[in-house]
Amino acid sequence: MDPELLSRIQFAFTASFHFIFPPLSMGLGLMLLVVSGAYLRTRDPKWRRLAFFWTKVYGLIFALGVATGVVQEFEFGMNWADYSRFVGNVFGSLLAAEGVFAFFLEGGFLGLMLFGGNRLGPRLWFFATLMVVVGAHFSALWIIMANSWMQTPQGFEVVTDPAPVRAVMTDFGQVVFTPSFLPRLLHVFIASWTAGSALMLSVSAWYVLRGRHLDLAKSNFSLVLPFFIVLTISNVVLFGANQAIEVTHQQPLKLASMEGLWQGTTCAPLYLFGWVDTATQTTHGLSIPCLLSVLAYFNPQAYVQGLNDFPGAPVPPIALLFQVYHLMFMLGSLFVPVGLLGGLFWFLKKGDKGDADRPRRIWEARPVLWLFVITVFFVEVAIIAGWWTAEIGRQPWVVYNVLLTADGVSPLLSAGEVIASLGMFVLLYALLLVLFLYLLNAKIQVGPEPLEEVETVEVSSLPDTFREIFRRRDRADVREDPS
Amino acid sequence: MSLANIWYVLFVLIIAGYLILDGFDMGVGILHLPLARTDQERRTFLNSIGPVWDGNEVWLVLGGGVLFAVFPLVYASLFSGFYLAFMLVLLVMILRTVAIEFRSKEQSPRWRSAWDTVFWAASVGLALLLGVAFGNVLSGVPIDADGNIRASLTDLLTPFALLVGVTAVAMFATHGAIFLSLKTEGELQARVERVLPRLMVAFFVLNTLVVIAMVMFRQDITARYTTDIWPVIFPAAALVALVAAWVLVRRGRTFEAFLASAAMIALLLISGAIGLYPNLLISTTDPAYNLTVTNAASADNTLAVALIVAVIGMPFVLLYTAGVYWIFRGKATVDKGGY
Repeated sequence: MDPELLSRIQFAFTASFHFIFPPLSMGLGLMLLVVSGAYLRTRDPKWRRLAFFWTKVYGLIFALGVATGVVQEFEFGMNWADYSRFVGNVFGSLLAAEGVFAFFLEGGFLGLMLFGGNRLGPRLWFFATLMVVVGAHFSALWIIMANSWMQTPQGFEVVTDPAPVRAVMTDFGQVVFTPSFLPRLLHVFIASWTAGSALMLSVSAWYVLRGRHLDLAKSNFSLVLPFFIVLTISNVVLFGANQAIEVTHQQPLKLASMEGLWQGTTCAPLYLFGWVDTATQTTHGLSIPCLLSVLAYFNPQAYVQGLNDFPGAPVPPIALLFQVYHLMFMLGSLFVPVGLLGGLFWFLKKGDKGDADRPRRIWEARPVLWLFVITVFFVEVAIIAGWWTAEIGRQPWVVYNVLLTADGVSPLLSAGEVIASLGMFVLLYALLLVLFLYLLNAKIQVGPEPLEEVETVEVSSLPDTFREIFRRRDRADVREDPS
Repeated sequence: MSLANIWYVLFVLIIAGYLILDGFDMGVGILHLPLARTDQERRTFLNSIGPVWDGNEVWLVLGGGVLFAVFPLVYASLFSGFYLAFMLVLLVMILRTVAIEFRSKEQSPRWRSAWDTVFWAASVGLALLLGVAFGNVLSGVPIDADGNIRASLTDLLTPFALLVGVTAVAMFATHGAIFLSLKTEGELQARVERVLPRLMVAFFVLNTLVVIAMVMFRQDITARYTTDIWPVIFPAAALVALVAAWVLVRRGRTFEAFLASAAMIALLLISGAIGLYPNLLISTTDPAYNLTVTNAASADNTLAVALIVAVIGMPFVLLYTAGVYWIFRGKATVDKGGY
């Protein structure tokens, strides 16, 4: 095995494992803000209990995200030294900005968020949570920005003297706002929020199914369901489609590879599922005629470039790319009917029309609830498949049409070193995954706990909130169970 | 002063910030098994760093990002050249994070003592690895014409590098003990304060050995202190800070002692950085292959952008870092909200 392939496998493995957590940090964080916000508005203790519960889950997810996140920053230099030498001028400043603007915000306020639930006033605690969630989004913003530059590079020139060859920035604005940046950012944000809402729905639905914490679980489910419905629909019809259009225009060869479109054609079909036969250069499966042309150019007769339009150009692994892209596409589309089904059963009620307190059908529609229990796993699969689509579709380039992945690898790296590190990561991450699922399950089994203390002081201003912090010790022995 | 020089200074300050901040929570980890005996005591130790250790570690991540941005050639050479060593750094950092987060999430004593051991070992390992890496930076590495380091993991484990590694462990243990003396009470605090003088003496002896080794074997670095007199104020000030820490600990003014210890760590790093300048990585193969502030830096416009980012961002960073420390000041306690 050569070090380049091993390094690619290692980076794909570590980045994919890491990428389980940041979407949840963003999405669950946002939904946690919604729950906390509901408490600030209504002062109903049930929202506070839920917020405390989800904060604990959030802490677990965040810990895993932090632990696995620093790995990528090291790997750029460790496995991809020549890539780092080439892009350092451009790419490095975006990573450094991520450190300054995002990580410190998260790292600084995470302690307040996780430890401050009982110490801070509810508003300051909400603010701390907000800062952590904003930090998580900033982090994604800089990473997507850096990655988008690798997809659609601009604002630089290649300098060969003095050695080594490197990309030198000519226009920072162009580096930051590459054509693919905003479409990709929005697509990732919406997908992440979908994942967060799906996680809340999953746990709430499971509580309802098990008859636990019924009041809390139903409130939580009802609060989050509209977000899930809106997010899934908007990602399919707006942000996902927008992303596909962007790829069509900026990286037509990548789109042709994603769709398995060997021959450029007008009225290009969109495959729902299928398979690519690279030997005969054909694609088989179920397709909707002309839909790709419509999506990309809003015109069924528009010509979509196929692989034959790029003779001699290096292509990504088409069969694999086709499958991961269509996996994301199918799953993303299926979340819409799931959400709508939930919405429908939520509105339907049992019993006579005149009765005001008729129970909603959703709480007894066990198959629908089970559907919501499992959906979050598929959202995660879809998100990772989407990332794979972006990254595999860029191959064999590491910086699209500028630097080959093979030219980015560390020159003196030996296969043995990468095998050792890859083996270490596989073992370590297997351990982390087991621990994560075990502890996540333990938290869900415990569920929302009774509040330890009740707000005795109504806070009205920030100085009051600070005063409240310092009163904490006087109130430490106040215990009351509102449930 | 060129932008690259400004960034050399800023990079050293960021690493100093990392060593001071993550240094004391590494120190808490190093002392975790030896000093904290009961579950209650260990949770007190963990809670003393609970709200801040994650933010502290961010300084290293920032240091990596800044190195990538402003000295990409050093970043590429260092990380690829120290491949297995940095892999071990990642391993211990991840294990450390996981141990802190997961330790108190189960009641079983076996679970807890297992993670206590991991936390301790990972803290010692991280301090040792960072020291070994710094020792190699001081002693130079075999860089070839393309900037790549031709060395295996065992080549990096020289006696000198190991000495610097052990010194780093002692330094962080001392720093962590002063921090713990601030954060603990009663019997536990008394125990911490009993070992503190011994740790300081051990660190002083080890650090003196490092200095002697530098003077004997690394004249290209110590040369700066013999050709020019003014840089001597930095190591001299480091010594003054150590003595001040000793005196302040004796007088029970622990907070001032902690500041003195932090200043000493920064001054020691600065002393090393002055010796290295203008080099970032010295080639033992050929001085022409040295990676320097000039030949390894990014172009000026990148350095300027990075500087603007730092000027805008760092005041906020310092502000809310200070805020978090302020809110969580006072003695660490064990309650339901913590570890």
